[in-house]
Amino acid sequence: MSNLIQFNGESASIVENQWQLVNLPASQVEERKQAGKVVLFKLTGENTVTDTQIAETVIPATGKVIVPLSVFVTRHSELTPRINAGEVGVWLATHELLEDLTAQQTNLNALPIIAVFVERFADGRIFSLGTLLRTRLGFKNELRAFGDVLRDQLFFLKRSGFNSYLIRADRNAEEALASLNDFSTPYQGAVDEPRPVFQRYSRGN
Amino acid sequence: MYQYDEIDQKLIDERVTQYRDQTRRYLAGELSEDEFRPLRLQNGLYIQRQAPMLRIAIPYGMLSSRQLHKLGDIASKYDKDYGHFSTRQNLQLNWPKLEDVPEILAELATVEMHAIQTSGNCIRNITTDQFAGVAPDEIVDPRVMAEIMRQWSTFHPEFALLPRKFKIAVSGTKDDRAVVQMHDIGMEFYKDSSNKVAIKVWVGGGLGRTPILGTVIREHLEWQHALTYCEAIIRVYNLHGRRDNAYKARIKILVKALGIEEFKRQVEAEWAHLKDAPNTIPESELERVSKHFAAMPYETLPAHDAGFDAAIASNPAFAAWVKRCVHAHKQTGYRAVTLSLKTHGIAPGDATSTQMHTVADLAEAYSFGELRVSHEQNLILADVKLSDLLAVWEKARANGLASPNIGLLTDIICCPGGDFCSLANAKSIPIAQAIQMQFDNLDYLHDIGELELNISGCMNACGHHHIGHIGILGVDKDGSEWYQVTIGGKQGNDASIGSVIGPSFSAHEMPSVVQKLIEVYIKERTPEERFIDTVRRIGIAPFKAHVYAEKNAAKAEVVA
Repeated sequence: MSNLIQFNGESASIVENQWQLVNLPASQVEERKQAGKVVLFKLTGENTVTDTQIAETVIPATGKVIVPLSVFVTRHSELTPRINAGEVGVWLATHELLEDLTAQQTNLNALPIIAVFVERFADGRIFSLGTLLRTRLGFKNELRAFGDVLRDQLFFLKRSGFNSYLIRADRNAEEALASLNDFSTPYQGAVDEPRPVFQRYSRGN
Repeated sequence: MYQYDEIDQKLIDERVTQYRDQTRRYLAGELSEDEFRPLRLQNGLYIQRQAPMLRIAIPYGMLSSRQLHKLGDIASKYDKDYGHFSTRQNLQLNWPKLEDVPEILAELATVEMHAIQTSGNCIRNITTDQFAGVAPDEIVDPRVMAEIMRQWSTFHPEFALLPRKFKIAVSGTKDDRAVVQMHDIGMEFYKDSSNKVAIKVWVGGGLGRTPILGTVIREHLEWQHALTYCEAIIRVYNLHGRRDNAYKARIKILVKALGIEEFKRQVEAEWAHLKDAPNTIPESELERVSKHFAAMPYETLPAHDAGFDAAIASNPAFAAWVKRCVHAHKQTGYRAVTLSLKTHGIAPGDATSTQMHTVADLAEAYSFGELRVSHEQNLILADVKLSDLLAVWEKARANGLASPNIGLLTDIICCPGGDFCSLANAKSIPIAQAIQMQFDNLDYLHDIGELELNISGCMNACGHHHIGHIGILGVDKDGSEWYQVTIGGKQGNDASIGSVIGPSFSAHEMPSVVQKLIEVYIKERTPEERFIDTVRRIGIAPFKAHVYAEKNAAKAEVVA
C-alpha cells in the first residue's frame, strides 16, 4: 500500500506515488569522522556529491522522475526535453542551497514537483526550506517531504508549505494522517495561514 | 497577569491530547527511544539518573495563587512533595513517572499551564525581570511583549527543530535584571528620542562550554517588528547553524564564525523580506495584551506606616529581613518582597508542597493573588502594603521562607547537579549546603555584603557560574568530582565572565576556598566596595595567592 499522503485542495488523503525517485550512486568517499563518531549532519552549503556520482546516476528513460539537485544542474541540457514535457522534478537535501536551484531554473513553476529529503527527524532546516520555496520563490506546485518523515512532523511540515509527505516505509500513513490536524488554531502566521491569530480573530479583552 | 481565552485554552488542551497519544505510542513500542526523545523533550521531560524530570513552564516567571496551589498539589500527588524552581523561572519535578505525565499535563491545563517547549531544540520559555511592572526604574513593562512572543514562539512551525536550544530574555529597565546579554536573543525595551517604544537587540550570548556575552545586532528596532526581526535572526540560524556537533550548535558559535557584521548583513537581508509581514504586531494586539498587565488596584497610601516603623525599631530580626528581602516599589506605600528559597542547608530553589501552598495563600492575602519566580530561584510577592510586611514576615518565617540572605553569599544560585541530573559531572547541592553552613553567622554574612555565588554541576552552566561573582563549576577528573572556581563574573548592564583562579578543588575543600576568597576581600576592600568591585580593582592575583598559599607551601616542601 502507498505511504504517500497528499493534499488535494483542503483535504489530505493517501494516494499512489506517480514519481520515481532517482538516487545518486553510493559515494566512494569515506564518511567523515569526528572524535571517532560519524558526523550525523552535513553542513549547509557543503559540497558532498562527486562528479563521478553525478555522471553515473542512472535516470530511467521514461516516466516521471525526481532527480537530485546536483544531477539536475549538471545534466540540465540532457534533461531539457523532459523538463519541457513536465516529466522532471528536483529533490534537494536539507544542506543544499536553494540558490543553486534558482541559478539553474529561474522559473520554478515549470517543475511539477520539488522534494526535500530529510535524513533525520531532528533536522528542522526542512521547515525553512519549505517556507522560502513558497514565500520567497513563489513555488506553487507539489512540495514533498521524504526521508525520515514521521507523523509528528506533519503539522509543522504542513504549516511550512509542504503539501505532500512520503511517510517512512516502516510506518503507517493512515495513522499519520490524523496528525495533520493536531492543533486547530495556531498562534503565528506561517505559509498555510499567513495571518497570525490576532489578524484572524477579534480576541476581545 | 495574562488570562487565557478559548483560543489559548484550546491549544494547550490539544497539546495534552497530542502528548497523551505520543506517550501511548512510545509505551506500546510504536515509537523508538530515539524517536520519542525529541517529542518528550519538547515537552520538558528528561530521563534523569533516578527518574524522569518534568520541567513545567512558568512564562516569564508569573504565577497566580491558583496555579501555585495546583503545583503544590501536583508535587504531592505525583512527586515527593517538593519541586525545584530553576534559573529559567520554571518549576522542575524530580520524581514523576513517565506514564503519569499526560495526567499531570491535563491537570496543569486546568489552571492555564503547560510544559510546552521547556526543553528540546526550540524556542524556550522567555524570561524577564522578576520586578516587572512594579520596579521604580522601569521604562516599559516587558511582560506584554514577553506574552506576545510566548504566543508567537509556541509551536512556531519553522523553528520547531532548531540546531540547539534557543533562549530569549526581555527587559524594560535601565538596570538590566534579566541578564539579556547572556541569551541567544536579548531585548531591551526603551523609549526612543520621539518617545516611542523601541528595542535594543543583542544576539549570540550564552554560557555553557563557550561562555560569551551577546553583541548588539540592532540599536533601534520599532516594537511592531519584534516578531519578524526574531524570525529573520532565527531563520539564518536554523539554516546555517551547525548541526554536526551539539557543542558548536548554539547561535553564538555561528555569530562568532561569521563575525557580527556578516551575521547582521544576512539577518538584515532576510528581514528586508519579512518586515511588515502579517506577523507584524498591530497596536490593537499590544493594547489587548497590555490590559492583562494593567496596574493593580492600589490603595492610596502614605509613604510611611507607623506600625512598620515601630516594628523595625523594636525587632532586629524583622529589620534584617526588610533590609535584604524587601524592595522598592513604584507605588507609594507598597513594597516587593522576596521569599527566600535559600534556607541554609536546603537545596537552593527547592520548595515543599506545604511551602507552595503557604506562598499561594500569602499572595492571595497580601499581593493581589499573584507572584513571580526569579532567575535567582526565589519567589516574589510584588505588591505588598508596608503595613502588611510584618504579618507577611511572621508567616514566611514560620514556614522557612524568610532567610534574610537575599543578595548575600548564601543566596546561592544552583542547578540540581549530580544528585539528579544525568548531564552533571559533579554534585552541586551538597557544595551549596556546605558553603551555607560555613557562613551561617548572619552578622558575618551581612558584613560580607552583596555577593552572588553560582554553582553549576557541569559545562552546560544551568547555575550560570560564569556570571557569579564567585562561580563554581563541577568537573570530572578521572571519574571523580572536582570543582573549578572563577571570580569576577557579573550579571547586569556591565556583565562580565569570571576568570578561573587555578587548578580545581575537591568537594571538602570548597567551603574553605570560599572562606579564603572572602578573607582577601575583607582585607583589601575599601568601605564602599562590594566583593565584585574589589576583584575588578585588584585583579585575581591576590585571591589566587591566598587560596593556593598552603598548597604551594606543601609543594615547595616536597621539592625541598
